[in-house]
Amino acid sequence: MYPQNMQESIKRLDATREARIKQAKIPLLGPEPKKELLHGFHPDYIQSSMRALTVGPNKGDRTPHEIADVLEAWPIVNPAKFDTEHPKFDVDVLIIGAGGAGVSAALVAAAHGAKVLTVTKLRIGDANTMMAQGGIQAADKANDSPERHYLDVLGGGHFKNIPELARALVSDAPGVIEWLEELGVMFDKDPDGTMLTIHGGGTSRRRMHAARDYTGAEIMRTLRDEFRNQNLELIEYCVAVELLTDEHGACAGAAFVNLETQEHFTVRAKTTIIATGGCGRLHVQGFPCTNHYGATADGLVLAYRAGAKLAFIDTIQYHPTGAAYPEQIFGLLITEKVRGVGAHLVNAEGNRFIYELESRDVTASSIIRECKGRGLGVVTPTGRLGVWLDTPLIEVLKGPGAVKKNLPAMYHQYERFGIFMDKEPILTYPTQHYQNGGILIKDNSETGVKNLYAAGEVAGGIHGRNRLMGNSLLDILVFGRRAGIAAAEAARSAVLSEAKDLGFNHVAAFESELKSAKVPVERRSPMLLPEYRRDEFKTPFPFAALGCE
Amino acid sequence: MAEEVKGQKPKGKSQKAAAESSAPTPQPLAPSPSSLITIFVMGEAYQVPKDLTIMKAMEYAGFKFIRGCGCRGGFCGACGTVFRTKDSYKLKVGLACQTVVEDGMYLTQIPFYPANKKEYDIAKEPANTQVLVRFYPEIMRCIACNSCTKICPQDIDVMGYINAAIRGDIEKVADMSFDCIMCGLCASRCPAEIVHYQVGLLARRLYGANVAKKAPHLAERMKEIKTGKFEPGLDKLGKMTEKELSAMFYDPKVRDVEP
Repeated sequence: MYPQNMQESIKRLDATREARIKQAKIPLLGPEPKKELLHGFHPDYIQSSMRALTVGPNKGDRTPHEIADVLEAWPIVNPAKFDTEHPKFDVDVLIIGAGGAGVSAALVAAAHGAKVLTVTKLRIGDANTMMAQGGIQAADKANDSPERHYLDVLGGGHFKNIPELARALVSDAPGVIEWLEELGVMFDKDPDGTMLTIHGGGTSRRRMHAARDYTGAEIMRTLRDEFRNQNLELIEYCVAVELLTDEHGACAGAAFVNLETQEHFTVRAKTTIIATGGCGRLHVQGFPCTNHYGATADGLVLAYRAGAKLAFIDTIQYHPTGAAYPEQIFGLLITEKVRGVGAHLVNAEGNRFIYELESRDVTASSIIRECKGRGLGVVTPTGRLGVWLDTPLIEVLKGPGAVKKNLPAMYHQYERFGIFMDKEPILTYPTQHYQNGGILIKDNSETGVKNLYAAGEVAGGIHGRNRLMGNSLLDILVFGRRAGIAAAEAARSAVLSEAKDLGFNHVAAFESELKSAKVPVERRSPMLLPEYRRDEFKTPFPFAALGCE
Repeated sequence: MAEEVKGQKPKGKSQKAAAESSAPTPQPLAPSPSSLITIFVMGEAYQVPKDLTIMKAMEYAGFKFIRGCGCRGGFCGACGTVFRTKDSYKLKVGLACQTVVEDGMYLTQIPFYPANKKEYDIAKEPANTQVLVRFYPEIMRCIACNSCTKICPQDIDVMGYINAAIRGDIEKVADMSFDCIMCGLCASRCPAEIVHYQVGLLARRLYGANVAKKAPHLAERMKEIKTGKFEPGLDKLGKMTEKELSAMFYDPKVRDVEP
């Protein structure tokens, strides 16, 4: 199914396979060569791609234009449309977002006796969690320890991680796996129960637990089923457009718009957890992304307006291996597990150029260098560039059938386009994958705003400047559970504000900053859903259809 | 600086910025009129480029998704689509995000289908041969028409695992149904009104929780954590400077990498 020029490159790759198997391991990069590679080729280091924020708690901090464009933006709602004195729901804990973090927070908060309401923009489980394929890290084997995991996390994050958050991550990890095991997640195991664990980029021990290559989906569908078993309250297709604050600036719930009926309503809550996920659909620097349709940074925007400080917003994770061919799946995720089970990264000439399991920022930069710096990328019919992932090698290393067994989802995806990855390699190029930073939290998931918590990809500080594979599925569950506990406990002593004192004062204050900074009034956020229609269908103000001004 | 703040980057500028960046380039060209084909979305004709997926073709045609679009990567089951092609009586199926349009394709999405889900306490359910039938007795009504298997966009042998469920073989149901994305198309076609994917889900949870052996090393580690074994080490690491941590990280004697 590959065009001629690509087939010729595949011949060169086939020809070098045996030599590559015998080749000595490519050594890990030391600190200096790593720095040089990142500064030369990682997209975060392109100065013109970012600007300093002119408003809000992170004023002066640099962030990509695409993120700045939603943070430095006017609200989409008219506060007058919300009857804040008559909230539709009164709850202890309000959870915004129903991916892995939101659902685990809901389960745990409810178990702690709180009255919980979860509201989500799309469906429960519509989240990047569902798409995470490769695995979840936890130091639960005899040759491993939470200390080792900690050092790996810090090394991956270039030692900038907030120590208490990284510590929470590694300390809770085995407990999270135990919780999932009890809920019935089908981890890959030996018959005696021993977890089958592999390496991920930047791990010093094999601590990646997986459920074939549906790890996130398996976790999400299990948590979702448990959520339904517990009969927890859920509202779908309603999007949070602004937080509510009381007269002291503490968070007191949120304002929502029903995407289908355009109903406007508010929820009054003692504590609120933001679990809205990441920002892939902003397409930073024009990259394609691996993210869910709803990953539009809404939670960042809402919390920022309420005064929450953000951390590490100048660093985006580009997954080294997004699909570069065929065009129909361009930018979609090729799980790191493909490299974890042995596939080599190979350039157009058939040669390796990096140890495949360096951390993601390093591996992604090396692929960009191969394609843009050295001219050794493979060119696709649409003029895109990429390098090969030698997947037939997996069959050589692990025996016939290993690709289908270990990577059923990937195999199926390529099979649809007539590419059989147990016999042919696949072409990849970095794709926008993850928001390394986010709302700054403490180790109990508290944000800088009273009664507001954040968990999951929307939160920041845990992973420093770069997250390792398998620490995101972990992070959402560790901090989702911590947020659930903390928010439920805080709700016990919190006193609900009088409804008449609730409102959007923080938004009015933010608007006066926007005015001083001369932010154009056409620039609005949150984005809610990305726009992929042709230009002629785009309206100057896409929110009008949603009943917003 | 002032210019940047003034507004969203104008089109020309952002195109240039993209060219200077590491982003994959170039953007695909606009389709020529000759490469347009006709598809019918719920009966209405639209001209769309021939190489797009159904999802991107519908967006090209002007649809803005609220339902019927999720992960856009084949994992979430939001975009199950049923279609017929020219001159064929056959009903075909695919995920809108993964299926390429064809000339004359006549389609509708089925973004939601009413399902029946039972509640259970997974820890307390014995993984015996009766449990699946007890929660979902309608599986006994299967008439072996194979409609579920034929419509599955994941190519799962759905009827096969329902047969295994009737026999009470939890392990087989769990294994065979593993790739299920719960799009609901099987349930939409079933004359026996079975909700297949809920049966698969229950079997997988039962297998994971009550059939597969618990990981012995995990239980061991949990004991160690409860005794506080790792706290002193983590205290020490937490107080280290960047320089000290970096020295440890790059020292292969301290941080050896398991082969």
